Amino acid sequence: MTHPVEAIYRRESRRVLATLIRLLGDFDLAEEALHEAFFVAVQRWSQEGVPDNPRAWLVSTGRFKAIDRLRRQARFTPLLQEQANALEAADWSDEDVEDDRLRLIFTCCHPALAADAQAALTLREICDLTTEEIARAFLATPATIAQRIVRAKGKIREAKIPYQVPSRDELPERLDSVLRVIYLVFNEGYSASMGADMTREDLTREAIRLGRLLTELLPEPEVMGLLALMLLHESRRPARTTASGELVLLDEQDRSLWDVSMIGEGCALVEHALGTRRFGPYCLQAAIAAVHAEASSAGETDWPQIVGLYDVLLRMMPSAVIELNRAVALAMRDGPLAGLQQVEGILARGELLDYHLAHSARGEFYRQLGRVEEARVAYERALALAQQAPERRFIEKRLAGL
Amino acid sequence: MKYLCLIYSNEQVLHTSPDSPADPECFAYAQSVRASGRMLAAEPLQSVSTATTVRMRNGKLSITDGPFAETKEQLAGFYLIEARDLNEAVQVAGGIPAARVGSVEVRPVRELNL
Repeated sequence: MTHPVEAIYRRESRRVLATLIRLLGDFDLAEEALHEAFFVAVQRWSQEGVPDNPRAWLVSTGRFKAIDRLRRQARFTPLLQEQANALEAADWSDEDVEDDRLRLIFTCCHPALAADAQAALTLREICDLTTEEIARAFLATPATIAQRIVRAKGKIREAKIPYQVPSRDELPERLDSVLRVIYLVFNEGYSASMGADMTREDLTREAIRLGRLLTELLPEPEVMGLLALMLLHESRRPARTTASGELVLLDEQDRSLWDVSMIGEGCALVEHALGTRRFGPYCLQAAIAAVHAEASSAGETDWPQIVGLYDVLLRMMPSAVIELNRAVALAMRDGPLAGLQQVEGILARGELLDYHLAHSARGEFYRQLGRVEEARVAYERALALAQQAPERRFIEKRLAGL
Repeated sequence: MKYLCLIYSNEQVLHTSPDSPADPECFAYAQSVRASGRMLAAEPLQSVSTATTVRMRNGKLSITDGPFAETKEQLAGFYLIEARDLNEAVQVAGGIPAARVGSVEVRPVRELNL
């Protein structure tokens, strides 16, 4: 049997929290008020029934609980009495509630907070993960995560980071910061999912949930692009590893295992976002993922289109890693020698020298060209640099097959 | 809310890089912040080679040549401003011409507990 409050907690707790933070001007005070409001709700609603507007009831109860608390503490600190009075006088309406959720997102992802704290705070406040869950996901101790969150809240309070949705001229930059946090959470879960620790899969789910929430609240093309990118990557999860945890590269994956509904949703989002003509790097990366998703095999992939999308992406966001990805696509279009020349060019500039994927790409091109000795040297360099066990096993297998 | 904006830069390049602001530009920006009503004080500083560090230990004054810490970037000047919140303070700090060659640390001012 589940109490009606449980369902309402799941649906409303983050909304109520977001509004309480605005009304009370303090994360900790708002969290305590939220818990007290639900505590009262559990007792009261089972006798009197659930009110018509449970959210408004919770906000109002939480607010009065906070005022009470401040009054009690005010006996020792007179300043709190003023704060309590101001709170009691303040008006609030339900209209701002949707904006409150955006305020919470932009505040948790404020670039003035440390990058690792942004992710921890977002998962704690917006996704309602516990400190222990976040710690497991980031392979850190709960104490470390708790300290990051405490520091971030302290900075919000002391440096007065405002609880607001950025103005139009600040929006692109601030939105970048939010998207970066969501993508970081996603990648943390996605890249580690091949490891033994299954709990990290939760992170990709939370990131997608954040992406959906943000798409609903702020349907900007790049927001849709990021959601699409995450869905399209996630759709391949069942095909990315074998039952024994071995890595399967994109061109060798069993595409019948790909999640068709995620692909459909991702492709529709990409199309919609590209149609706005205000797209950015996330849309382009999602578009590349969509081209892969639509091909029935690696051979039938529209490689010229992928190379073209990488060209646009590189103009927008010059990066050696993107150049490397383009080189792989180029090799599929024009043959391994074309790809090899690109990778050699990147390495000759002194970039990606310590990036294992650059060396394993080189190894692969040499292998395809039948230049076995050069392939061996490149794969050995990649092996020396690779960190994760499945990646190392993959390279070892390639070396053994030379 | 008061914020202190501390301007740090490598003194060797502060006035010689292509992006270096000349004094009239710095003055004009300070004037514009003053006109917006946010300025409490702002001054550029002499080179760190003129710095003296003072400590009081066990009632004894110790005086040493140079800054408190040897770093790649030195304190070159400051703005003390009044801003609504960190976002507004960051806007003002970002406009300081020396931010193009150095960096500006924005610190909220702490009220003394009296």
